Amino acid sequence: MNNNFIVFLEQTDGKITKSSYEVLGAALDLSYKLNCSVEAIVIGKNFVFDESLRLKNLLKITHCKTSNKYLAPSEYANIISGHYSDLVNKDIFFANSSLGKDIAASLAARLDTGIITDCIELSIEEDSIIAVRPIFSGKILDKLKLKGESRIFNLRANNFSPPNKFGDKTEIIIKIIDSFISDFQLLEIIKASGKVDISEAEIIVSGGRGLKDTSNFSLIEELSKILNGAVGASRAVVDAGWRPHYEQIGQTGKTVSPNVYIAVGISGAIQHLAGMNSSKYIVAINKDADAPIFKIADYGIVGDALEILPKLIAELKSLKLKGI
Amino acid sequence: MKIAVCISQVPDTESNITISTDSKNLDLDELDYIINPYDEYALEEALKTKEIFNGEVIVISAGADKNKDALKKALAIGANKAVHLKTNESFDSLNLAKLLYEEIKTHQPVLVFFGKQSADYSNSVTGQITAQLLNYNLLSNVSNLEISENRIIAEREIDGWKEKVSTTFPAVITAEKGLNTPRYPSLKGIMTAKKKPFIEKVIENTLNCTERIELKRPKNKSAGKVAVNSDEGINGLISFLQNEVKIL
Repeated sequence: MNNNFIVFLEQTDGKITKSSYEVLGAALDLSYKLNCSVEAIVIGKNFVFDESLRLKNLLKITHCKTSNKYLAPSEYANIISGHYSDLVNKDIFFANSSLGKDIAASLAARLDTGIITDCIELSIEEDSIIAVRPIFSGKILDKLKLKGESRIFNLRANNFSPPNKFGDKTEIIIKIIDSFISDFQLLEIIKASGKVDISEAEIIVSGGRGLKDTSNFSLIEELSKILNGAVGASRAVVDAGWRPHYEQIGQTGKTVSPNVYIAVGISGAIQHLAGMNSSKYIVAINKDADAPIFKIADYGIVGDALEILPKLIAELKSLKLKGI
Repeated sequence: MKIAVCISQVPDTESNITISTDSKNLDLDELDYIINPYDEYALEEALKTKEIFNGEVIVISAGADKNKDALKKALAIGANKAVHLKTNESFDSLNLAKLLYEEIKTHQPVLVFFGKQSADYSNSVTGQITAQLLNYNLLSNVSNLEISENRIIAEREIDGWKEKVSTTFPAVITAEKGLNTPRYPSLKGIMTAKKKPFIEKVIENTLNCTERIELKRPKNKSAGKVAVNSDEGINGLISFLQNEVKIL
C-alpha cells in the first residue's frame, strides 16, 4: 500500500480546531506505520501557521485562501476536489464535526467513496485501516473497514492524541481561491456566549431531574465554569424545557467522550449512559444509591445534589484562591 | 410543492441490544421498533410545509419489511404516498444514499427531508450524500425553518453554536431535534391511510463498501468508590480530581 493521506484541517478565526489537530495526530500515527506521507488542507480567509504544525511526515499544508466570507459545505468540497486533481488511492481524514461530516459526505458522493464517521479508534491490520465506531450510541462497538480505492474517515473528538513527532520539512503553500457566486447567504451567527463546545470539552458537568428545578441549573453552570468545562443535560430536563437541546447527552442528543464527566442528579437511563460511557472518568452525584449511574462511576457521592453542589463549589473556589 | 421525506425504523432507544454468537450480527428481531426520532421531525416539517404551499409528501424508506410500519404510520400522520425499497441487506451510508437518490430523482421534489441521524447506526451523513448526488443545496442539522416561495431560511445547529443561513430550491434538509413538535396519527388518519398509494420495490444486488470485522461491547467500566456521607464525599471527590484526574 502506497497511499497518501489527506487531512482536512478545520479552523475558526484562522486557528486550527483542537479536534482537527487530533485528526492530524491520528493520520500521522498511521502514516508512520504504513510508511506513507500526509498532506493537509485548510480553507478559509485566514490561517495562522505556527510551529506546532511542523511535523514529521507532514509534507505540506495548503492554505486555500478564499475571499468569500461564508462557504457552504459543498463549496468546501468543491475547493478540495478542485485542488487535488486525483483523489483515487487516497485516504481522507476529517473531524467528526458538523462541517467535517457535511464536507466528507459531499466528497464521498463525488468520488463514489465509502465513508466511516464517528471513528473512535483506528489501527492497521494487513495494510488496511481498521476503524472502530460506536453504534446504538455506544451500546455496541462496530469494527470495520472500507473496501474500494479511496476511503474517508471522520474522527470523534477527544479520542486521538495530538501530533507528537515534530519535523522541519513541512511546507506551507498558499493558494488563492477566486471569489464565486454562492447559492448560500449567511444571515447571522448565534453563539452560546463564553461556553465551551460540548463535543470538544475536556470536562462536562451534566444535570438531570435531580436538580428539581430549571433555576437550580445555575449551580451546574457555576461548577462547570470553575472547572472550565461545558454544561450538559439529560433528556428528561431537555424534554421538560429546562435546558436547550444542544446540551442533551444521550442517544437522541450528543455522544461525548470528555476526560471527566460529572453527572449530577442523573440516574443513568440506558440511552443516557450510551452517550457518555466512553468518558475517561465519570463522577456521579445522586440521591438514589441504586441509580445505574453509580455502576459506571469512578467516583460517586450519594446525596442531594442541591446540598452537595454549593459546598463543592465553595471548596473549589477556596482551593482556587489558595492557588492550588 | 412536491416534498420527499426519507425515514427509517429503528429499535426503541431504551432497548438493550445483543450481539449474535458469530460476533458479526445483532439480534434485533425481538425488539420494539419506532420511527427514528429525528425522522419524525423531518416528516412533521414536510407536512407543515405542504399545508402552507399545497402539494404532496412522498415518504421513502429503504430496508427490511419492518420499515413498512414506519411508512404506514407516516401515511396515517398525513403523508400522501409511500415507497418501500425492500431489501434485506444492510448497507453503508454511501450505498443507502445511492438507493434513495435513484428513487427520489424519479419524483423530482423541490424539498427532501431527512432526520439528521438515525438512532441505530448514526452515520449522520446519508442526507448529505444524497444532497450531493441530487445536486441539491444542503442544509444540515436544521432546528428552525422558514420557507417562502423562492427562498429557504434555516437555523442550523453547529457544534456548540448556531448559524442562520438562506439558500434556494431545490434543497435537502436534515432535521435536528427542536425543529417542531411531531403530531400523532388521528383515527381518521389511520383509516384513510389504508387507501393511500403504497409502492413496494424489491431491490436486489445491493452493494456495501464497508466490511464488518466484528461487533463487540464497550469495556464495562467497573464501579469505583461511592461515598454515602456528603462531606466525606466532597473531600474525596476533590482529592480524586486532584490526584487521579489531575485537573485541579
